[in-house]
Amino acid sequence: MKRLAKWRLVSLFAILTLVLSACSGQPYLSTLQPAGEVAKKQYDLMVFSTIMMIAVMAVVAVIFIIVLVKFRRKDDKIPNQVEGNHAMEIIWTVIPILLVLVLAVPTVSAVFNFADVDAMEKKNEDGTSDALVVNVRANLYWWEFEYPNEKIVTGQELIVPTDEKVYFNLIASDVKHSFWIPAAGGKMDNNTENVNKFWLEFDSKKADPDKLFQGRCAELCGPSHALMDFKVKALPRAEFDQWVTNMQNIKEPQDATTDLAQQGQEIFNKSCIGCHAVTPSNGTPADARMAPNLTNFGDRNIIAGYLEHNEENLKNWLSDPETYKPGNKMTGTYGELTPEQLDALTAYLMGLKVQGE
Amino acid sequence: MSTNAQKRGFGATIWDYLTTVDHKKIAHLYLIAGGLFFLIGGLEALFIRIQLLKPNNDFVSAGLFNELLTMHGTTMIFLAAMPLVFAFMNAVMPLQIGARDVAFPFLNSLGFWLFLFGGLFLNLSWFLDAAPNAGWTSYASLSIAQTGHGIDFYALGLQIAGLGTLIGGINFLVTIINMRAPGMTYMRMPMFTWTTFVVSALILFAFPPLTVGLFLMTFDRMFGANFFDAAMGGNTIIWEHFFWIFGHPEVYILILPAFGIFSEIFAIFSRKRLFGYSSMVFATVLIGFLGFMVWAHHMFTTGLGPIANSIFAVATMAIAVPTGIKIFNWLFTMWGGSIRFTTPMLWAVAFIPSFLMGGVTGVMLGSAAQDYQYHDTYFVVAHFHYVIVGGVVFALFAGAHLYWPKMFGTMLNEVLGKITFVLFFVGFHMTFFIQHFLGLWGMPRRVFTYLPGQGFETSNVVSSIGAFLMAAGVIVLLINVVITSVKNEKVGNDPWGDGRTLEWALSSPPPYYNFKQLPLVRGLDAYWIEKMEGKKGMTPAEPLGDIHMPNNSFIPFLISLGLFIAAFGAMYHGDEGNTWGIPVLIFGLLFTLGSMFVRSIKDDHGYHIPKEELIDDNDKGVKA
Repeated sequence: MKRLAKWRLVSLFAILTLVLSACSGQPYLSTLQPAGEVAKKQYDLMVFSTIMMIAVMAVVAVIFIIVLVKFRRKDDKIPNQVEGNHAMEIIWTVIPILLVLVLAVPTVSAVFNFADVDAMEKKNEDGTSDALVVNVRANLYWWEFEYPNEKIVTGQELIVPTDEKVYFNLIASDVKHSFWIPAAGGKMDNNTENVNKFWLEFDSKKADPDKLFQGRCAELCGPSHALMDFKVKALPRAEFDQWVTNMQNIKEPQDATTDLAQQGQEIFNKSCIGCHAVTPSNGTPADARMAPNLTNFGDRNIIAGYLEHNEENLKNWLSDPETYKPGNKMTGTYGELTPEQLDALTAYLMGLKVQGE
Repeated sequence: MSTNAQKRGFGATIWDYLTTVDHKKIAHLYLIAGGLFFLIGGLEALFIRIQLLKPNNDFVSAGLFNELLTMHGTTMIFLAAMPLVFAFMNAVMPLQIGARDVAFPFLNSLGFWLFLFGGLFLNLSWFLDAAPNAGWTSYASLSIAQTGHGIDFYALGLQIAGLGTLIGGINFLVTIINMRAPGMTYMRMPMFTWTTFVVSALILFAFPPLTVGLFLMTFDRMFGANFFDAAMGGNTIIWEHFFWIFGHPEVYILILPAFGIFSEIFAIFSRKRLFGYSSMVFATVLIGFLGFMVWAHHMFTTGLGPIANSIFAVATMAIAVPTGIKIFNWLFTMWGGSIRFTTPMLWAVAFIPSFLMGGVTGVMLGSAAQDYQYHDTYFVVAHFHYVIVGGVVFALFAGAHLYWPKMFGTMLNEVLGKITFVLFFVGFHMTFFIQHFLGLWGMPRRVFTYLPGQGFETSNVVSSIGAFLMAAGVIVLLINVVITSVKNEKVGNDPWGDGRTLEWALSSPPPYYNFKQLPLVRGLDAYWIEKMEGKKGMTPAEPLGDIHMPNNSFIPFLISLGLFIAAFGAMYHGDEGNTWGIPVLIFGLLFTLGSMFVRSIKDDHGYHIPKEELIDDNDKGVKA
């Protein structure tokens, strides 16, 4: 009997852990596993308000159950026609007001905190700022990340240093999008006519090099809205600086190393380079950048924003982009590719890596 | 022109409904049309849930999915929930205040036909081109960028339907202000009439911004204007403001009548007067007022800045206070009562926890800093389905069962009604509860698919199964309606036995003139007061006399038809090589204006029901 009870207890805990872990989602994606200051504050607010709301619901539930059990019709008597009760009515007006005020204080304080972007506005003499700034330009189904201080551009994979505030300038080049990295914090919209600014922070302890943070578009923007994902690689500051330096060192398009890749580069230079840049400098004006910058394509973890990064997916994507991202702007901008051409292009693109000195 | 009950052929019945200006028949029309659109919207919802049943599903394409989600939202809000609410307002409100009809019977009919033609126009998009695909919010940058005519159907269809709603709202306002029976002071009005009153005021102020927004969009898309084109100095954010200055009050336009219906039900089936009636009235008015102060909470992530976000956050959370007052008043209406669990009461009882759930997530969403995480995720989807389904749709089902005898003279089957309730209630919570978590786990809303391995699979399966349970519940209701109509067992004035307000003093359905003699109202729950004093009916407030009635008219149908025709011209005139667009547009508008002109110059004084005829009719109307 005792053993049974013990077994029950163990299984209860097992179920509880299971439920709790199932309830918090994936660490690289879930708002319930915050991986940065903003997400943490938002998570704390969620927990705080949830507890408050559960308390309110408990009060209602108690009255509700009593009413339903106790006051069922038993006879044909006409109940007393009560008009109301001032004392009670005042109580259930005042208490909710107090609860709202209690929730309003941390809400307002957090709103102002999340909107505090003074550090990115403080410009040095050369126009740069000490804070790390990323210009996020959202386009029909792809993301561009420009580092104005470092003068480099990349796309689809956001690379940021951990444990410091990263400031974002958000804008869209075609229709409205919304920039969201759930694990790092709430979203903000990329409007078409004005720049929105906010900051996020990425916790080094939560950053997993094997499972990068997931970013996504949160505003309906067309057929492939659901596929407008991106990845966020959060690196320790030193590694981040190294990556920036490596990127900055690429002044000219890198030459392909193998024969096959060289053929690929020729195709690329004929058909692709009109839209895709392979140098990280931001010489082209922002609105003339038609497609993601591919300088470090070989280093990335995704193809087309959401497919696993391997040769097969790359070939599929290049041969039929419409199937993989309906409504994208790449479909039909280049001719049909033969299998040989696909092999060559794949070899070239996969070789686009940013190496250290 | 007397339409005294006679056996008539099918064609005559159709013609009667096409021309009717009787609020009770217009209520039938709203119920049938709204019900039909509800089924269409429900079907769209099922397709959405089938597509999301598993990751990377290809049941529908990405483009079609966006059309489905847009049409589901638009249909459910504008073409299902609104008209169904209007059906009950039309059927019940004039009876509750002791009026013979609404103030402007002609306009009442016009409102319905405008809504119907607008709704038909919008839904023709499925067959003629492509359906709108920018979401029911139709945010400007996306909707302006769409090729094809989908968004044009949206802008023109809603414009026509919205006109009908505006007219209906004004009509109800005038009716309630001017046509209350002797003794029916404002503070003796039944709660449903109060909510109709407040809602009509909301319609009056909320629909013009939508009208303006839709006009700007129509001109942008069809006549070369650039109101929303940032490159030409336009601004897309202004659409968001227009839309939500309308859109938020719209939510209250839907939920307040639901509150009204539930208030009636709690009182009737607890055999107790509504607890805290005056605070209920106050809370209703306050919700209506605050409803206009909070629209920007739909735009917390748009970048309005911390000051605007804070103000709108606090204003939004403040709405929880009057709503909380209502919940407690309902609970204490039941407290000490004698509760009978009929089908309407089951819906009402189930509404409290369901709506409360939507209310508390509403407060969480109102807290702007958290909203940055919830915004545009499945958490929001869960929240607004909890308030709109758990509040409005529950009320529509409850109201359908409660008022069916008053509208059609026969009772819906209680057993089938309870089966509908169980299926729908379980399905509803299965579908939407889990969606809170989907949102928190990082699933954005309006996605046509999701990738495997993110932990979304099981929850989406649960959600889809729930949707099918809801569908099963609706099918049982349809069967119930058919069986009930075939059996057609007539019931008396007060079939629930505990009716409190004036509509239960009349026969089911009431005679076409409602009250033979206007009743004298001696307090809140007028009929209940008389019953408690042992009287069989209301004391008349006037001697028996001739009754002045309006004539039926086909003109409302024609006015609406003209706009329907004009909309096609407006939409297609910009197509390459189109020559008929502008002529059709002009023809349609002239057709409408001509119909209005005929209405204006043709004298129509209505007719009188002579006193003698009323005396013969002694089994109907108010028993003196």
